[in-house]
This record gives sequence, structure tokens and C-alpha cells, in this order.
Amino acid sequence: MNLLTLLLALPLAGFLIALLLPRSSPHASRTWALGISLLTFVVSLALPAMFDRGAAGNQFTLDVPWISTPEIHYHVAVDGVGLWLLLLSTFLTPICVLISWRSIQNRVKEFFAFLLLLEFGLIGVFIAQDLFLFYVFWEVSLVPMYFLVGIWGHERRIYAAVKFFLFTMAGSVLMLAAIIYVYNRAGTFSYPVLLDMLQSGRLSFAPQEQLYLFLAFFIAFAIKVPIFPLHTWLPDAHVEAPTAGSVMLASVMLKMGTYGILHFCLPLFPSASRRCAPWIVVLAIIGIIYGALVSMVQPNMKKLVAYSSVSHLGFVILGIFSFTQLGLDGAVYQMLNHGISTGALFVLVGLLYERRHSLEIKDYGGVSTVAPWLATVFLITTLASIGLPTLNNFVGEFLVLQGAALANYTWAVYAAIGVILSACYMLWLYQRVFYGEAGEQVRSHLPDMNLREWAAVVPLVVMMVWMGVYSQSFLPPVSKTTARVLSQAQVNVPFQVQLRPNTEVARAR
Amino acid sequence: MQLWLIPLLPFAGFLINGLFGRRFSKGVVNVFAIGSVVLSFAWVLKTILGLGDLTSAHVEHYFTWIQSGTFNIGCDFAVDRLTAVMLLVVTGVGSLIHIYAIGYMAHEHGPHHGGYYRFFAYLNLFMFFMLVLVLGANFLVLFVGWEGVGLCSYLLIGFYFDKKFATDAGNKAFIVNRIGDFGFALAMFYIVKTFGSLDFATVFQKAPTAPESALTLIGLLLMVGAAGKSAQIPLYVWLPDAMAGPTPVSALIHAATMVTAGVYMTARSFAIYSHAPAALDVIAIIGVATAFFAATIGIAQNDIKKVFAYSTVSQLGYMFLGVGSHAVSAGIYHLVTHAFFKALLFLGSGSVIHALSGEQDLRQMGGLRSKIPWTFWTMMCAAVAISGIPPFAGFFSKDAILVAAYAHAPWMYWLGTLTAGITAFYVFRAMFMAFFGDYRGHEHHPHESPPVMMIPLVILAALSLAGGYLFKVPQFLAPMFPLAEAPENFTLVAVSVGAGVAGILLAYVMYVAQPGMADSLASGMKGLYTLVYNKYFVDEIYDATVVNPLVGGSRILLWRFADVGIIDGIANGIGSRARDIGGILRRLQSGNIRSYAAWVLFGGVLVIVAMGMAGGVR
Repeated sequence: MNLLTLLLALPLAGFLIALLLPRSSPHASRTWALGISLLTFVVSLALPAMFDRGAAGNQFTLDVPWISTPEIHYHVAVDGVGLWLLLLSTFLTPICVLISWRSIQNRVKEFFAFLLLLEFGLIGVFIAQDLFLFYVFWEVSLVPMYFLVGIWGHERRIYAAVKFFLFTMAGSVLMLAAIIYVYNRAGTFSYPVLLDMLQSGRLSFAPQEQLYLFLAFFIAFAIKVPIFPLHTWLPDAHVEAPTAGSVMLASVMLKMGTYGILHFCLPLFPSASRRCAPWIVVLAIIGIIYGALVSMVQPNMKKLVAYSSVSHLGFVILGIFSFTQLGLDGAVYQMLNHGISTGALFVLVGLLYERRHSLEIKDYGGVSTVAPWLATVFLITTLASIGLPTLNNFVGEFLVLQGAALANYTWAVYAAIGVILSACYMLWLYQRVFYGEAGEQVRSHLPDMNLREWAAVVPLVVMMVWMGVYSQSFLPPVSKTTARVLSQAQVNVPFQVQLRPNTEVARAR
Repeated sequence: MQLWLIPLLPFAGFLINGLFGRRFSKGVVNVFAIGSVVLSFAWVLKTILGLGDLTSAHVEHYFTWIQSGTFNIGCDFAVDRLTAVMLLVVTGVGSLIHIYAIGYMAHEHGPHHGGYYRFFAYLNLFMFFMLVLVLGANFLVLFVGWEGVGLCSYLLIGFYFDKKFATDAGNKAFIVNRIGDFGFALAMFYIVKTFGSLDFATVFQKAPTAPESALTLIGLLLMVGAAGKSAQIPLYVWLPDAMAGPTPVSALIHAATMVTAGVYMTARSFAIYSHAPAALDVIAIIGVATAFFAATIGIAQNDIKKVFAYSTVSQLGYMFLGVGSHAVSAGIYHLVTHAFFKALLFLGSGSVIHALSGEQDLRQMGGLRSKIPWTFWTMMCAAVAISGIPPFAGFFSKDAILVAAYAHAPWMYWLGTLTAGITAFYVFRAMFMAFFGDYRGHEHHPHESPPVMMIPLVILAALSLAGGYLFKVPQFLAPMFPLAEAPENFTLVAVSVGAGVAGILLAYVMYVAQPGMADSLASGMKGLYTLVYNKYFVDEIYDATVVNPLVGGSRILLWRFADVGIIDGIANGIGSRARDIGGILRRLQSGNIRSYAAWVLFGGVLVIVAMGMAGGVR
């Protein structure tokens, strides 16, 4: 059986069986979700083990017809980027199960079922090689998240869930239209075939056509990332979501956007991407600085982390649109880093919330005194998040900024301001929550971490150190894939020629 | 040669104490904490002896850290003569301070039980990063150490984390350093853009062929980083506040080792600077200006540690003046001697504070000479050393810098000499206020510190007295930084020594012979005194011009107005417009069959009319 199909089948089967479990025994649901997500993770470990690191193309391919007219295939495969994002999803799902163990007390069965469905959708997004199939998974992943926020969220959960849904839908409709348009032009949904046609010149988009198509895809992805100024759904969704929802949303779902841009926008519409790059870079840099500044003044921990995501994701976009090998590698690495470190931040904020039942920073202070290990882990995560060398984010940020500097030094100058600001908002947060005198409420409500919480947190810390110290375990397959994307983005279909009409031709004569 | 053992030993100490120290007795914590550092020192000695004369760098490659395309950064360590000097200072002085800390921290627990192990774990972690910093064979590995020591500095400044002023000081240190690191990082990006590599060997070999504008830009950006780490104008503001940490930390991190990292880095990059005279000039000017400026602030401080903190800022300025005047080896020389006497001054003041159960205010001291004689005499050794009195350690190095400064620009020599006089004045002012006159404090039984604290003091005192003579750093570094052929100018030496003696005498007159004189002078020049006493209000100016506008602007303008008001307002506006339209359309869905029928009829007619107008059905 195809490994990727197995990886899709496991959470899907898990979801279906979870629905059949009796409502009366929530513990069965928890155990089942943990078991099946752990199994999925273990199976997914076979991917990097069997992945041919020397090859740039898709691997573990399975391509079978699904619907005959229009011709839609069940076509799955991974490249060096999708590989790690898939692993990130399977890695984080069991952690999410663990941290929801006690905090979710109503409709337990449905919660864990939705979590598994979410995993199914996310895995699908990163392996689908058929545009229509991609769109299906894209939407499938949206639904469970909508319910996770809407049912198990905090006070303003309905508002946040609807806002999240509408923002994303607005983008996906554009994308769907573009996908159908591309199908009408090319006669296929198969992504590899499309790329092949573009390479060989059998398919080409006129400049204006390419621009509109690019924008349709890009806006859908940009909302998901989110790129400034399309980000306002994110703070609301994060604040209202339950911890597991915030973790999956920040760590994996945001990467659907950046993955989409990298995987689809650049190779499909190379000249439009290049034409728009300076504008997008400006938005990315605004996002970096703006997100950091707004983050600095947030009174709510989750909102602070949410705005910091806007800032961090700005680096990813900057890296992608620097069109340099270093920038692209850094961008992909930063996607994974953000998944680990911001995921960990949300986990830890969730642990604080579970104890003190507040997300307001002012309700804390002196937590280090009562929960020193929690404070230590939070500190390590904070340091990872602000890009301390030997922890993961540094490698990504360095590559992105270096790539940007190679493309345009000024970009790096502005973007690097974000690195200063990240230290400001994170350390200030840390000081107000963990340092100082412990008040009565903090003293009586904040025990240190228990074994289950350790089990959820230690893997994240291990990954931060591993990815920071020995990036060679992860980067080579990424480099192979990004190098291919870069070469695909070199295919300058008519655009350049049209900008300088007839000069080439005239010279030839 | 297993260079990796040098930093890994303290790191092991950090891991063991950090993970299990809570359950250890103090004795066990000491074994791992001090043992690891002393072993590391021993390994440094063995390495340096084993490497022969070290005329070229000994490089070791461990693994590839980051690779992207053809760009490659290895985890590489290297030792050359400059590194050897730094290694000896860091592990040697570091060992002494670790031993001293056993005594100093014996009664200190930090905010909750277990502060003792935490303190030593952080201190060991610091040693690890500092050693990585000096061993790194490329800019990025150096940067690992660079940021890492900043982290440890942050943790140790905020060691008493229940005190807001301590954690504020920690944040300030980290963030101001980040501003410096911003420059450092940009310098690295430009180095890669210019040379395609960050390896010292490659970059410095190619440096002579690069355009001067690029080298100047790189040099200036690196200087921004150095100014942050080594507390130079305009980024020096964090160092005085950093004294909130325990005194051994002030001695080790904020005097002897970490703050000299900037000097080390500029010396290391001298191949770039030597082709960028403009950047070098900027270093010299910032150095001499900082030396003078900080020394003047030192005059009016009453906290014994604050005096020495501003003194450190000032002395670091001298080191930059040396580097900027093409006398790199003199700068490093001063780095070494400064490590001896400034560590001693801090450890000595720690001993004073220890004797007085935590009192740091000079006005609450006095007459301690007879009560804690060992502390007094050892600190006196440091005081004469820093004042540049021959033949003690500071004389040699300061003199080498000032002579080079004269060759570079005479006004820098004169300002540096004036600063030497001020230095001697404020150091002896502190000494006289603490140890002479009558005791003014509240602690009834000032007691001498235990031997575990006194032995490091005595060793450092010996080094402060004889270190300049014993360790001829410029000669040792001559293969890397050729000695300038400056003629022996006895006048210059005599003038600078004279300035030091004059400073001591003035302090004696004002604080011992005629004790009332200082106060009447201060009230006589009230405006100037207030200005200096309040450190020229630099912190207040930074708060008013940078910090407050940034925070306030972000809160009101960016968050409340732009984000919530405009951007989200537009999104919600579209939402509610859609709902309004929906509300109108909803009226069509009345649920009334007759009205539906009417609409169907209306629609049908409309279709027919439209078809008719379009030309009918063919």
C-alpha cells in the first residue's frame, strides 16, 4: 500500500471510528485519539527514513483516476517541503491530544474526532498533486477547525469562528475559480502535467491572464498566511480557540498558505510572481515590523503570540519572494520552526490558562517561583521564538535575511528590525508573567507540570534544539525542492518578451 | 587537539547542575561547577602548550551547521595567538571568580530555595558561550557565543527575579544588545554579499581585494555590534544597570570577559579594518569619547558597584581607542590587565558588601581599612594598577594605548590622559570613602571574608601588580599584529603617569585631608553636579525619544487605530454591508406562496421580454 495513502487512511479511519465510540466514556475517545495519532506519527516517520534525499522530484507517488469527467485524479506525492510539513502535522497531533486531555470536558468524543479529521485534511493538503484534490483537502481542513473554534472556544467563539470561516472562504472561492480556469485552458487538474506543459511551452498564460490567476491563488494563500493587511481574523481566532485549536492553526494551517505560495504560485505563474515580488516583499516587511509592534502592546497572552505570528510569517514570505536559494530554504525552515516554537508557546500558554483560567498578562507574575520547570520550558521557547542561535528559529531567520540581503540589501535592513522587536515583546511578556512577586492567586493555582504535560512539551523542546544545532538533518531535501522551484520560476513565459517587444527578434534579423 | 572539550566541559557542568542541582548539596554543586571550569582551564593550558608556537591558526571542523546551495557554514573552532590570550583570560579569571562565588553566594538563595545551583548553572553556561565566542572560526559561530553570553548576562542580571529593578535591568541589557546585534547581523549579511563566506580565513584573505566602501560599511556595522556588547556610546546604558546581578557576575561578565567581546571581535576583524581607515577612525573616536564621558559620570556615583561599572565602560573605551589607533595588541593588552584589576575591584567590593551584609552605598562605609585589611590591601593593588602607576599592570597597557593614540591623533592622547587622571581620581575617591575616615555604616560587626573568597583576591592582586610585566601581550601577538615602530617618547609617558598621580592626590585632598571639600564643591557647581550625578539624563532622554513613543504609538496608533479601527473595521464593515443586503433580499423570501407565484410570473415575463428584445427564439 502506498505510504501516503496509508497516512491519509489512518486519521480518516480514526475519525470515523471515533464517531462510533460511546459518548458515555470520554476516556475511550481520548485514548483512541492518542493511540491513532501516535500510530500515524510513527508510520509517518517512515517517510524521511525512506525518502531519497538525493532526488529533487516527487516521491511516494500514487496516481489513480477518481472522477472521470471532469478528469480528477487521486494523485498524491511528497517533495522535500511537503515531507516536513506532513511530519509537522503528524508530530503535533498527538501533542494536541495530550494537552486537551483534561482541558476539554464537554463533547469530548466530537472534539477528538474533529482533531483527527483536521489531521486528515492537513496531511492531504501537503500531498495532493491534483489541483482539484488539493482544493478538496483545503476545504476539508477548514471544517473541523471551524467547529473546534466555534464549539470549544472561549466567550466570543462564534464571532471568531465565523470570521475565520468567511475570510478563508473568500480566498478559497477565488482559488477555485482560478483552478477551474486553469483546467479549461490546460484540460487537466494534474499539477505535474501542468508544470510539464509550462516547461515545454505547450501551455502559456498571457501576462494579464497570468497576473489575475496569480492574484487569485495568492490572495487565497495570503489570507491563510496571513499577510498584512489580511491578518485580522488571526488574533480573534487564536484568542477564542481552545489550546489544541490554536496550536494546529498557528503551527500547521498557516503553513498551508505559505506552502501554497511556494508550491503553486511560483512554478505556475513565474513571471507574475516576479513582477509582484517587490510589492509583496513590502507587505511582508510591514507585517514583520507591524506585527511585532502591535504584539508588544497586547494585554492578552494569546493575542500577543498571534500578532507575533504575523511578524514571523512575514519572514517566510520575505524569504520566498527574495527568489534566492538561501531565502527559499530559510522560508521553508522558518515554516517548520514557527510550527514548533509558536506551537510550543500556545501549548504553554494553554497550560497557564488551565491553571489560572485567565489569558490576561496582568493576572500573572511570579510564576517562576511556584512553577520553576514550567518557567524554564517557557524561557527556552521564548528564546527559540526570538531567534537565539543554537535554537531552531535562528537558522531560518538567518537564511531568510541573508537571502533577502543577497537580493536587495535594504530589505534585510528593514526586516532585521523585527529581530530587535521580537526580543522586546517576548522578554517583556516573560518578565510580566514569570518574574516578580507571586501573588495569592498565582501561588495557590499554579502547580508545576505533571507527567502528561511533560510528555507533550519535551518533544517540542528537543526539536527546537535539534533543528537549531543540526539543521543538516532537515535542510538537504528542502534545498533540493526549493532549487527545483527556483528553476521552475525561471521559466519566463512570454512576459519578458512582451515587455521588450521585438528587440530580440529585430536583433536576430 | 579536541578543542571542543574546552567549552563542552562547562556545558556539562551546566547540564548536570541545571537538571539535577536542585537535589544536590552545595558541595556537590561546587564540584561540578568549579571542577568543570578548572578542568577547562587545564585543557586550555594543555592545548596551548601542545600547539607549539601557534604562528598560524589551528582549525578544527566538526560538522556542517547550515548549508544552502553552495553557501556553507561549519561548526568550526580555531586557535591562534589572539584566541590563546582570550582563552587564558576567560578560563583563568573565570576559574578564580567561580571559586570566589562559593563564598560569596553561600548565604544567597535567590528568590526561592535553590538559587545556589541555578546561579552556578548559569555561570557555567556563560563560560560555555564565552568560550564558543573566542573559539569560533567563522562569524556565525562567534555570533552563537555572542548571543549566548548575552542570554547568560540577561539571566544573571535578573538573578533576583522577584525584584523588578533586576528584571528590568536584564531586559534592558538584552534589548540594547539586540540593537547592537542588529548591526552585527547586517555586517554578516554584507560580508556574505561581498565575500560569499563567513569563514575568518576566507574573508580576511580576500579583504584586501574588496572595495573600500564595502569594507568601511562592514567595519561600521560590526562596530555597532561591538558598541552594544562592549557598552560604548550610544549603547552603553545597559551596563551600569547590569550591576543588579550578584557581584561575581559583575566581575566575570560585566568587567573581565563578556564586555570585552566587542574588543576581541574588532581585533579579530582587523584585516577588514586595516583597509577601512574611516571605520577605524570612528572606532577611535567612539572609544576615546566613551572613555572620557563614562569617567566623568564615575566621579559622582555613590554606589560602589556603579563607580566601577562606569569605570568599566570607560576602560573599554580605552581598548577601542587602542584598536582604532592601529594598536590592536595594545587594546588586547589592556583587555588582559583590565581583566585582572577590574575583576579584583569588583570582587573586592563584593567582599566589602559581604562584610557589610549587603550595603553598597559608599556614604554608609568609611574606616574599613582596619576592619577588613585583606580586602583593603588587595583592592589597593587594583586601584594603583588602574591608575596607571608604574610598574603595575595598568601602566603598561594604558601607556601603550596612549602612545599609539598620540601617533594617530594628538587630541585623542590628551583626552585619554585627562581621562586617566579622572580615572585615578574616582577610583581613589571610592577607596578613600570606603576605607578611610570614620565608619558611618549601620552594620555593627564588619567581618573579613572567608579564605575561599580571599585567595582569588590575593591571586588577582598579584596579577594586577605584576601582570603587565609578566605577560608581554604585544610581543606575543606581534606575528598577528606587528608592533608599531613608535619612538620611545618619555614625555608622553611622564605626562600620563603625572595625570594619574594628580588624580590620586586630588582625591586624597578632597576625601581624606579635607573631607568637607567635596560637598562644598558639589554645592558650588550645583547645575553641573546634578547633570553628572544623573548621568547626563541619558536614560531619560532615550525613554522620552525612543521607548515611550514606540510603545505608546504602537498601542494607540497601530493597534487601536490602525488594526482594530481601520483594517478590522473594513473587514467587519464588508461583513455588515453583506448582512444589510441579505436583510433586504430576505424580504423576498416571505414564505407566502402567492407572492412566490407573483415573482415566478414576473420573472417569466421578464425572460420572454428579454428573449424578444434579443431577437426571439430561432
